[in-house]
Formats: sequence, C-alpha cells, structure tokens
Amino acid sequence: PPPRAGRPEGGREGRGPVLRWPFAAGQIYWAKDIIFLANEHDLIGMEAWLEAYHDVNVTGTQSSGTFGRAGAIQAALSLELSSDVITSFDVAVEGLNGQLPNLDLVNLFYSFCQKNGVLCTIQGKLQRSDWDSLPAYLHSLQTLLLMVLKQGSGHPQGDHGLFLRYHIEAITIRGINSFRQYKFDMGVMGVTLEGIFRKLNNLLERLHQSYFFYLLPSLSRFVSIGLYMPAFGFLILVLVLKALELWMKLSSFDREGSPLCDGDQVLNPATMEEPRPSLLTLVPPLLVCHATGLALYFVPVWGQRVATEHFPVSESEAVVLTSIAIYVAGLALPHNTHRALMGSGSDRGWRMLKLLALLYLAMQLSCVALINFSLGFLLTVTMVPVAAIVQPTGPRYLYAGLLLLVTPAVTLLFCIFLYQELMEYPISLLEGWQRFLQAIAEGLLDHYLYGSIVFPFVAIFVYPCWLLLWNVLFWK
Amino acid sequence: NITFLSIKVRVCLVTLKKKNHLCFDILLIFFSFKLTDILTAIALYLAVQDYNKVLFKKQKLLIELDKYAPDATELIQTPMEMYYIPLKVALFYLLNPYTVLSCVAKSTCAINNAIIAFFILATIKGSTFLSAIFLALATYQSLYPLTLFAPALLYLLQRQFISIKMKSKEFWLYTVQYAGLYLGSLIVIICLSFFLLNSWDFIPSVYGFILSVPDLTPNVGLFWYFFAEMFEHFSLFFVCVFQINVFFYTIPLALKLKEHPIFFMFVQLAIISIFKSYPTVGDIALYMAFLPLWSHLYQFLRNVFILSCVLIVCSLLFPVLWHLWIYAGSANSNFYYAITLTFNVGQIFLISDYFYAFLQREYYLTHGIHLIRKDRTDPVLVLK
Repeated sequence: PPPRAGRPEGGREGRGPVLRWPFAAGQIYWAKDIIFLANEHDLIGMEAWLEAYHDVNVTGTQSSGTFGRAGAIQAALSLELSSDVITSFDVAVEGLNGQLPNLDLVNLFYSFCQKNGVLCTIQGKLQRSDWDSLPAYLHSLQTLLLMVLKQGSGHPQGDHGLFLRYHIEAITIRGINSFRQYKFDMGVMGVTLEGIFRKLNNLLERLHQSYFFYLLPSLSRFVSIGLYMPAFGFLILVLVLKALELWMKLSSFDREGSPLCDGDQVLNPATMEEPRPSLLTLVPPLLVCHATGLALYFVPVWGQRVATEHFPVSESEAVVLTSIAIYVAGLALPHNTHRALMGSGSDRGWRMLKLLALLYLAMQLSCVALINFSLGFLLTVTMVPVAAIVQPTGPRYLYAGLLLLVTPAVTLLFCIFLYQELMEYPISLLEGWQRFLQAIAEGLLDHYLYGSIVFPFVAIFVYPCWLLLWNVLFWK
Repeated sequence: NITFLSIKVRVCLVTLKKKNHLCFDILLIFFSFKLTDILTAIALYLAVQDYNKVLFKKQKLLIELDKYAPDATELIQTPMEMYYIPLKVALFYLLNPYTVLSCVAKSTCAINNAIIAFFILATIKGSTFLSAIFLALATYQSLYPLTLFAPALLYLLQRQFISIKMKSKEFWLYTVQYAGLYLGSLIVIICLSFFLLNSWDFIPSVYGFILSVPDLTPNVGLFWYFFAEMFEHFSLFFVCVFQINVFFYTIPLALKLKEHPIFFMFVQLAIISIFKSYPTVGDIALYMAFLPLWSHLYQFLRNVFILSCVLIVCSLLFPVLWHLWIYAGSANSNFYYAITLTFNVGQIFLISDYFYAFLQREYYLTHGIHLIRKDRTDPVLVLK
C-alpha cells in the first residue's frame, strides 16, 4: 500500500527509541517483562550478553556484571535505527548458521507494517504490486537469491542472529532513511513496534505452529520446505544413481573375475591377471585428502604468529593467505600418492574411489542442507553435475577445468560477484578479490567468535571430498 | 537396569570426584570400558576361530559323505578364506564407529556385550555349564538374551551329536539339564541380589522397566515415539504387541535354522537389538561384528549396497536431526522418528537379506548351482 499522505515530516516528539517506548509501561495489559537492551561492540556484545543471561559459555567470551533476569525469553526484536525519521523498515531474518526464526514472527511484523501503512522491505527490495508478471517473478527471484546467498554465508545478518540458538525467535528491523519523499516519525514506528510487542505479550506458548524452514521471495510469500526439499532430493539423486551405476559396473567386474559365471571359459586374460585392488588401496588417498583438510582447518591459526614474524603481513592477512596457500597446495599434493604405492591406477581403482567420493558428497550435502539449506543448495548446484561426470578418461583437461570451477573457493568468489550484481552494485575484479579475502577472514572469524560451522564444514568435509574427485581425475 | 547401572557409574564418578583423584579415576573408568570392549573382541575372536574349525570339519565330513552337489564345489569355503575371519570379526567389533561411540558414552551396553560374547564363546567351546551361567548373567542384566537359549541349546546338542527328535530320551535329558543349569544360576543370581538389597523392589524396577517401557526418552529404537503418542488405555495392549516381536520369531527361526544354530544366534541378536525397548548403538555393533563371518554369502545378497547406504545415511542424520530438534528447536520429533524408523527398517531388510542369502546358499550346496528347468529356462528360487 502507498504510504499515507499528510504525515508530518521529521517529527520531533521522540528523543530516542528507549526514551519513547516506555510510554506504555504503566498499562495494565503487560503480562510479560520487556527487556530493553542497548549493546556495545555489535555482535560480540550481543553474544556476551546472551551467554551471561543464560549462564552458559559456548564461545569462550567472558562477560562481567550481574543483572536481573526475566525468565526464558520468548521473542526478541533487534532494532537498528540511525535517524529519528525513516522511509521504510527493512527486515533481516537470516541468523547464525543460516538458522531462521519462526515464520509467524516475520508475518507479525509484516501485518503490523501493513496495518500502520509503513513501507517494509526484505533484502532491501520492495514487493511489486503486480506479482504475476514476468518482471515481478524476476524481482522475486532476485530477492530469493539474495536470501539464499545471505543464509548460505552462515553469518548472522543482524543482532537477532545470535538469539536463535537459544530458542528465542528473533528478527532484526532496520529503519531505512532514503530519499523517498514520505517519511515516518517516531510515533508511527512506536505504534508499529508496540503492536508487535502486544501481540507477543498475548502469546501463551512459544511460537511453534508455523514454519522454521522457508525461503522468502517477498514478505507476503514463502517457499516451504515441502517444496524445495524434493527439488534438492532430485539433485542428490543424481549422485546416488551415478554411484549405483558404478556399483553395478564394479560388481559385473566381480562376476567376470569370479568363477561363478564360468559359462564361457575364454575369459579375457587381461582382466584375470590384473590384481584386484582391495579396499586398502583407497586408504592412502582418503587419508591424504583428509589430512589436507585438517591442515586447512588448523594450520592457518596455529601458524599465525610464525607468519607475522617472517613476512610483512598483518595477523588476519596471514591467516587468510595461509589458508589460500594450503588450499592451492592441496591440488598438487594428493593425486600422486597412490602412484607411489601401486604403480599405475587400475580401472577398478578409480571406480571404487569415485563411488566412495560420490556417496560421501551426497551424505555431506544432505546433512548440511538440513542445517543450512542455502549452503547445501549452493554447493549442490555447483558440485553435483561435475562430480557426476568426472572420470580419468575422455577430455581430461576439460574435466579439470570444470572441477576447478566448482571448487568451494571459486563458488565463494562467484557468489560474491552474484551478490554484488543482485544488490545492483557491480564491482571490478580487483574489488571482488578484496571481498573474497575479506569473506574468508569473516568466515574464520565467525567460526572462532560465534561458532559458525561453515568454515570447518568446508575445510574438513567438502574440500577433502572435492580432493577425492580431483584424485579420480588424475588416477592414471 | 542399564539406566540403573549408569546411575551407579555416575554415583561412582561423583564419589570419586570427592576424593580429588578426578583425572586419574575418569581415566580408570574410561579404560575399564575400553577393556570391556577389548575383552569382548577377544572372546569373539576365539569363538569365531573355534567355530571355523568346527565348520571346516563339518564341511569335510559332508564332502566325504557326498552330501554336496558335484558342481557346488566353488561355494565351499576354503581355509584360505576362513583364515582371516576371526581377526576381521574382532576388528569389526573394535573399529566399528558404533562401538567407539558407546565406549565414549560409557554405556553399560559394553558390559552386556562382553557377557554375551563370553556366552557365545562358552557355547562354541561346548561348555554347558559356563554357557548356562553366562546366559543367566546376560538375562539377569537385560532380560532379552533369554531368547538366545534356543540357538545355544541347538548348538550344544549338535556338538554332543544328539539328534533333535521328540522321541529321543537323550535329547530331553540334555534339554532339561541345560534349562535346569540356566534357571538355577538365574535364580541364584536373583537371590543374591535380594540378599544384597533386602527387598524385591529391583524386580519391577529392572524387568518391569524393560517390559512396560515407562521411560520414553528418545533413542534409536521404535518404542518411544509410538508410546508418547498413544492414549493411555491402549498402552498395555501395544506394549504386549511390541514386546512379543523379540520373542515371537524365535520358534520359526529355530525350526528353519535347526542345522545352523550360530547363524540363528546372529539373527536373534539382530532381532533383539532392533526390537528391544531401549536399544543403543552398542547392541547394533555386537551383531554387526558377525557380518565378516558370513562374508561367503556376499554373492547372494541382493541389495546390500542400498541397505548399507541407508544405514550410513541414517547414522549421520541422527545427530543432525537431534541437533535441529533439541538444540536449534526448528525441527521436531517427527523428523527424528522418521530417521529412526528408516534406520530400523534398513536393519530389518539387511537381516532378512542375509537370511535369504543363507538359505539360498544351503539350497545351492545340496542341489547344485547350475539348475536347469525342464523347459530350459533359468530357474527362479522362491523362498517358502
């Protein structure tokens, strides 16, 4: 709906949100305690407060000071207002590790904005009124893709992101002050927020009836898990079917080799003499790949001090550059190991390794898609097609190029450019590289500060699995 | 009584903490669980080694008696193949992630497994007395192993060359003797418990707890969700229906696998671990340790690939969905139960696959592999 005309521009009634809102404090209808919290140091301050409030220590943050408690927190609204007049509200839902609040809270916010005639956006995009035209679908797709990229990053998109793991439904509401003509003052904002608070006040139990797994193409529409999971399942099915095909081939090898089907005694002498590699031949590539993965996880942080002593880099640069170095070094390392052990690789060997790698990948992706759908989806869309076709015969350099294109690091770079494109703020290659380094540093920082799983997951599981496929490619 | 024992262990831990030998004592307890697992593995190793010898002798005898079909020689197990099986069984038990998990969790399931392994060892060595005592100990601990009475009796009869006939006097004499030993030692142990506690309260709180399933804490089994959802007044009927599963299959299996008691024992162990009221992954580890023993059935298994994928995926999804349900709060119990159900169905299919493969191999051994129908088409085996 269009904003109501005739609002006084830049109303001066409110000094600040904290001073303004307790106007309703004297009312008798408040059945619950309301905590007003102004925090310092951004997310770190939030995490410290949450840990102190719940008397737990999950991230190693130390907080001081005792304060009153108000029992289990039911819901939280995180407000980010930079001026006392706004043109619209923007809502952020993606939390740590891509966790989402209950959809009812988002709906609540949306319906109160509608009621008070406040403009509201998601991912900074305003919903179009003509929702069933092609440009509108493209617009929704852009919004959806932005959500997928943000959720996939695992980075909390606002202070609310840290509440979610304490079973507290939370969203971040940002006041946007753009060049739009109609502005809303503190009064309208206060009425909207008080409405939301009163709704939450009336809740008898936790929000649980609605969805926790959804994607939002706009504020009024959502894609539920029942719609997107089957699509994801079909993507994973590609890997499973390919693995099944390999299994069939391997067992037909067995049949030829074994005397069970000795109908024709003229067996191919080559297949008979070829030593049947046991499962033990798969152990060295598996171990080397995982060791590289573990090195990628541990070495950058351990070697931080050594690197800063010997090279003219700052600490964060040292960590990022070491991780990139290990990542690239991993490409050169493992595909030579089995050759040293057993000469040239056999057909059976690479098939077994590929079978293992495909199943391993399918399991990882389906597990992570349950925790953070977007991360799983981004990795699946990129990795699955190439993982299915890669083999040591045929156009190997083409396969190598494709495989390099879908490595998680390149996916990250690609996602950064896509994100900038969708934000309608394209960047140059050099800027993209800068953002890439920054993203790696943030991923590491998120893991060590808040316990985000994206970095360890990629380093310990996805990357070794990708290296296994790399091994398959250079088996011969 | 598993919970009872784990409480006991916890109490031990607390009292030990008070003595300020915390680090040392935790290590001690950890090593005692590790030691139990190692003892189980050794018992399984010795048992399988002995069983292989028996199997080899039996095979040789049957070949000499011309019981096998002439073209079935390739199905006969060679000593070369059998040589590494005991080692594989022990390693399968020790390196199984399920064993590692239950050891890390300090589950008393390790103790139960150790006693069952000793029981199997005693049975295979042919010691009636020790077998009965260990079976009584296992029953005393978790009740369900009493179904292992049938395979043990069949094996011991086979070992003493007593034929299983209803009219034979020897058969009844031996059965009564074994049952008497078993029941006698069970009564002695229970009475000992009574003298220790001076009350019979432990009977309902151990066996009643196992049979009536009052604790509905989620686990990898089938009971908790079903009884959490059910109306109270149906619960007795369905408890009976669920519990009967463990005991129900014993009689048909005993009739079908009369000649192969150790395979019967394996199937029964699997059935216990699937249908018991509070299953843990440690139970699964015990019957999975026997899989290398049946590696010669591999060529007859029909969908081992899919089933092993299902079991592995489910095992990985357990912690993920548990996290989503309990910690993140975004999924609910249905998600977790769906995986439990898939996991157990996968196990049931795996066991029936092995069962079918075993029967198929036995059929081929006696009738020959290259069966040709009268109308020259490929034969189809139908399991009846």
